[in-house]
Amino acid sequence: MTVTLSANEAADAPEENRAARYAGLTAEGWFRILAPTLIGVLALVGWEAVVRINEIPPYLLPGPLEVWRALIREWPSLSVSLLVTLQITFAALFVAATLGLLLSVLFAQSRIIEMSLFPYAVILQVTPVVAIAPLIIIWVDDIRLALLICAWIVAFFPILSNTTLGLNSADQNLTDLFRLYRASRWQVLRRLRLPTAMPYFLAGLRISGGLALIGAIVAEFVAGTGGRASGLAYRILEAGYQLQIPKMFAALVLVSLTGIAIFLAMSLISHLALRHWHESALKDRR
Amino acid sequence: MVPATVASLEGVTKRYANGTLAVRGVDLAVQRGDFVSLLGPSGCGKSTVLRMMAGLIAPSSGRIEVAGGGETGDIGFVFQEPTLMPWSSALKNVMLPLRLAGMARAEAERRARAALDSVGLAGFEGSYPRALSGGMKMRVSIARALVTKPRLLLMDEPFAALDEITRHKLNNDLLKLWEAERFTAVFVTHSVFESVYLSRRIVVMAARPGRVVEDLAVDAPYPRGESFRTSAEYAAHCRDISQALDRAMGT
Repeated sequence: MTVTLSANEAADAPEENRAARYAGLTAEGWFRILAPTLIGVLALVGWEAVVRINEIPPYLLPGPLEVWRALIREWPSLSVSLLVTLQITFAALFVAATLGLLLSVLFAQSRIIEMSLFPYAVILQVTPVVAIAPLIIIWVDDIRLALLICAWIVAFFPILSNTTLGLNSADQNLTDLFRLYRASRWQVLRRLRLPTAMPYFLAGLRISGGLALIGAIVAEFVAGTGGRASGLAYRILEAGYQLQIPKMFAALVLVSLTGIAIFLAMSLISHLALRHWHESALKDRR
Repeated sequence: MVPATVASLEGVTKRYANGTLAVRGVDLAVQRGDFVSLLGPSGCGKSTVLRMMAGLIAPSSGRIEVAGGGETGDIGFVFQEPTLMPWSSALKNVMLPLRLAGMARAEAERRARAALDSVGLAGFEGSYPRALSGGMKMRVSIARALVTKPRLLLMDEPFAALDEITRHKLNNDLLKLWEAERFTAVFVTHSVFESVYLSRRIVVMAARPGRVVEDLAVDAPYPRGESFRTSAEYAAHCRDISQALDRAMGT
């Protein structure tokens, strides 16, 4: 007498969506890329047309082609600044992710620690970084370190609060199961609470990626008004002073593209980490 | 085989912190190798009794003894939901109790494969829960409970959420596993038919407060198959148990 699977059960198993693919993407996948691209192209054409028809001078509003030329022309100085901003952003994000994760694990170990420290994390979050950036820049001699601290302050909280929530969201029955098998605190953390918190942590990381960039840019602005910076925000300030509006736009475009790239990178990390199991990564299954 | 008590409850009462009296004065002794169903309406405390037997909740008063309960893996528990770790494959899910007990990965994997095979899931080791049907997930859950070779298998309405066809099939397969592995089974259910088909003994409980009201034997021989399900004997038992349940709910 052997136990076998019934056809009824096997038939009920969810199957992967077998929609036709064109060059690696489904029709819906292509639409998701092409539709926004079309809107973007239309907007750029419209912008160029408005600038040309009304003969708006470049120091008021440069057309997209002029911005593109400025981007090429100024690339040597802009690329150096982009690198500086990227370094600060990613260093801040890395520190925020590491510290956020460690601190949330600490919070998860004891309610007392969480209740004692969480309000201070909130204070750090609600204090506008513009307001404290001048202080930090004065106190910390190394300007890059000062900028990093500012970006970190902004990026830190979403990771901390999300991961703390995730660590406390373990399924009650699974928790009981671990208790039944007398799992140690460490086993519960490693095999149950951390995996449960993973999607929350990654969602926090996605928010923090953008925030780290904003924090870095804001801090650069503050530092830049004091003449001490070389990041993209400083290029924007500098171009503004010199009325090189196309260059200003070019720097702005780079900031936006960087933000988009960070968001896409974090989304990709999230998708790769969760693709096997989490609902958010399983949209193409029915 | 000399009947030995695997689990015994004496005068067990559970009052939750919010004041609800879940069960009052429950006496119950489960013999080794038996298949006992706890049957009763919602709120009769049958799940509470099961969880107390597992040591997941402590009784307010009374005594609970589970033989060998001191060792991990001596009790298997199947929840109403499959309760699988969605981030782990079927194999990793079944390996969990062994890995928690500190067993080496290779040995744990070998046993987990055997357990998955025994529930008819050979070939699905690498599947994630998301890709399995409700019945298949429940099979993984049963494999996980049995992988430690428990003496006592506690099941809390494991098939309640499944369709009728799958439920019948899993009932049959559960009985095959029970006959092959000789564990002691305590099965909580709402269903008269399911309890009669599976059990050797049915403990009927009543609600408010939860208590045992009747204790009936189903003395049909095993193996039980589809012929038992359509027999007059089965129908008679179902009628008796239904009436017992009516009495339990009327009082």
